[in-house]
Amino acid sequence: MRALLLGRWLRAGPGPPRPESRNGGNGGHRGNGGHRGNGGNGGHGPLRQKVSVEVLDHLEHLALVDFRDSEGVERLHKAIQFADQLHEVNTDGVEPMDSVLEDRCLYLREDDVTEGNCTKELLENAREKVEEYFVAPPGNIPLPKLEERETFLQGS
Amino acid sequence: AALNDGLRSQVSAALKEGRVAPTELCQRCLALIKSTKFLNAYITVAEETAMKQAEESEERYKRGQPLGILDGIPVAVKDNFNTAGIETTCASNMLKGYISPYNATVVQKLLDQGAVLLGKTNLDEFAMGSGSTDGVFGPVRNPWSYSKQYKEKSVPKSHSEESNWVITGGSSGGSAAAVSSFTCFAALGSDTGGSTRNPAAHCGVVGLKPTYGLISRHGLIPLVNSMDVPGILTRCVDDAAVLLGSLAGHDPKDSTTIQDDFEPFELPNLTDVSKLSIGIPKEYHAPGLSSEILALWSKAADLFKNAGAKVVEVSLPHTRYSIVCYHVLCTAEVASNMARFDGLEYGHRSDMKDSTESMYAATRREGFNDVVRGRILSGNYFLLKQNYEKYFVKAQKVRRLIANDFVKVFRSGVDILLTPTTLSDAAPYTEFIQEDNRTRSTQDDILTQAANMAGLPAINVPTALSKRGLPVGLQFIGRSFQEKQLLTVAKWFEKQVQFPMIQLEEVKRHDSGVFQHQKSASFS
Repeated sequence: MRALLLGRWLRAGPGPPRPESRNGGNGGHRGNGGHRGNGGNGGHGPLRQKVSVEVLDHLEHLALVDFRDSEGVERLHKAIQFADQLHEVNTDGVEPMDSVLEDRCLYLREDDVTEGNCTKELLENAREKVEEYFVAPPGNIPLPKLEERETFLQGS
Repeated sequence: AALNDGLRSQVSAALKEGRVAPTELCQRCLALIKSTKFLNAYITVAEETAMKQAEESEERYKRGQPLGILDGIPVAVKDNFNTAGIETTCASNMLKGYISPYNATVVQKLLDQGAVLLGKTNLDEFAMGSGSTDGVFGPVRNPWSYSKQYKEKSVPKSHSEESNWVITGGSSGGSAAAVSSFTCFAALGSDTGGSTRNPAAHCGVVGLKPTYGLISRHGLIPLVNSMDVPGILTRCVDDAAVLLGSLAGHDPKDSTTIQDDFEPFELPNLTDVSKLSIGIPKEYHAPGLSSEILALWSKAADLFKNAGAKVVEVSLPHTRYSIVCYHVLCTAEVASNMARFDGLEYGHRSDMKDSTESMYAATRREGFNDVVRGRILSGNYFLLKQNYEKYFVKAQKVRRLIANDFVKVFRSGVDILLTPTTLSDAAPYTEFIQEDNRTRSTQDDILTQAANMAGLPAINVPTALSKRGLPVGLQFIGRSFQEKQLLTVAKWFEKQVQFPMIQLEEVKRHDSGVFQHQKSASFS
């Protein structure tokens, strides 16, 4: 079954493109240096470039969580370094795998209403509500820009 | 009946024959939970509802109409499963005070069979971690830290017990500790990268990860939708089979469960293993594997060989990339799954009112710990347009290679794979926290992760005590949906190794029957 990954549709456009396999990216492929090919201790190669403040800010906007301090940013750098080991693997001609159950048909049930009408229970856990509405602060107001926000990234 | 009895063979029989009442069993477990509070295994103890369930069970037994083997049996559930009317926190500030309006399917199934839900167990925040040390309610202590076996082997220090205690492993550490310390007969965990098998190995209990798609995830607060499964923790393999029988099967509320009919089974007592082919994947001799566990693994392989089974070395060449692949796929799915926590419909909500976005940001800032935030940010990085192909899709391709490795090996005639579960026995807490969560997870998940990647069933069987007096387990990995074969072999192995029972002062006090016979944990 093809699992619906919201992330995929929102970020990569109408459908996953099928590029020729390339370990692309502007940083190039670290084929020669760094990798000791030792996955046991999370082998790290030398970090080729730090993530720019613009990207870090962009991530904070997308994720709506903050890095909080330099440790948080370091954590991301280490995570990227670690993930870069993937590029050692030759995946020519290999299809991405969404689900281990891809050989089976997704179960579809009849379009009949079998449950619902539980407004009261669902509203119980909300802190702010009015009648049968969840109440949110005003929308369509973007987060302030980097310069105007109180964020650790400002000092970077 | 003693607290350490196996379900099928003894406790259920005792309940049926009236030798012990469900309320008495429940009370004993609740009392033991109180006296083992220092383990911090439970976040919520549902005393009133548990006693009520026990009373109802007692009525059924009196009428001679028990619902089944699980009727009246005290169980515990990891705190990332929704339980109606009982707080579900995922050990996070984000869900503190959240009372679920519904039961997860697996919880409902247990209750429908009359099981008594004692409470919710502790874990790493949102099941992210391999130590059960990173939740807001504090770390879980391994019951074996207080066992006679461990104390005998530790160097006496002036403040020994307080600083010497070892971790349970994670993330289902609370569940493992609860089963290991006899406060319940079985517990539910979850397994995404080894979160059931890892603590099972460190706490000396059986930890089963079922095939992906066999047991419903409805109501299990998701971490990685394509890898999560509910896990089963028990003291013997037969009990795991009983739990599996009551939980497995298609759930219309979880479209990732398969539609095939599931027949609960009883495990045969295997006597002849000559038709079995056991595979020993050489890549599981991972860097950092302790010489003790290597020796044990070798001894186990010999055990099978001497009993007539065919034991072959096999290769799963992409094993060492499994952890990297997991790292990318996990953080990506986490970034998506954690997006639901915005403070509007449930959970923590910040007082910030300026705008929706700023309220969401503040809520999440206040609600999530470093580990969770770190994974969300990494995940978002890997999902950025410029990184999507390079990282996320690449990881999905590597995932297929890993899954194919297993397919090839099983196709070559191997029935079951035998591997270590962990690199070493449980580390002392003070040592464990020297490294950060992500580093620890990547080290500790190495032997368990690939089974989640490929969706295969796997089980930890407690095997022997290390020279520090702590449990060490070995892992069996089986073919998809062949749990019966997997558990049958595991049961045979369990019988051969006769893993010793934990000797705990607290348990002794509450259940004088326990230490009269120094038997193994398996009572089949």
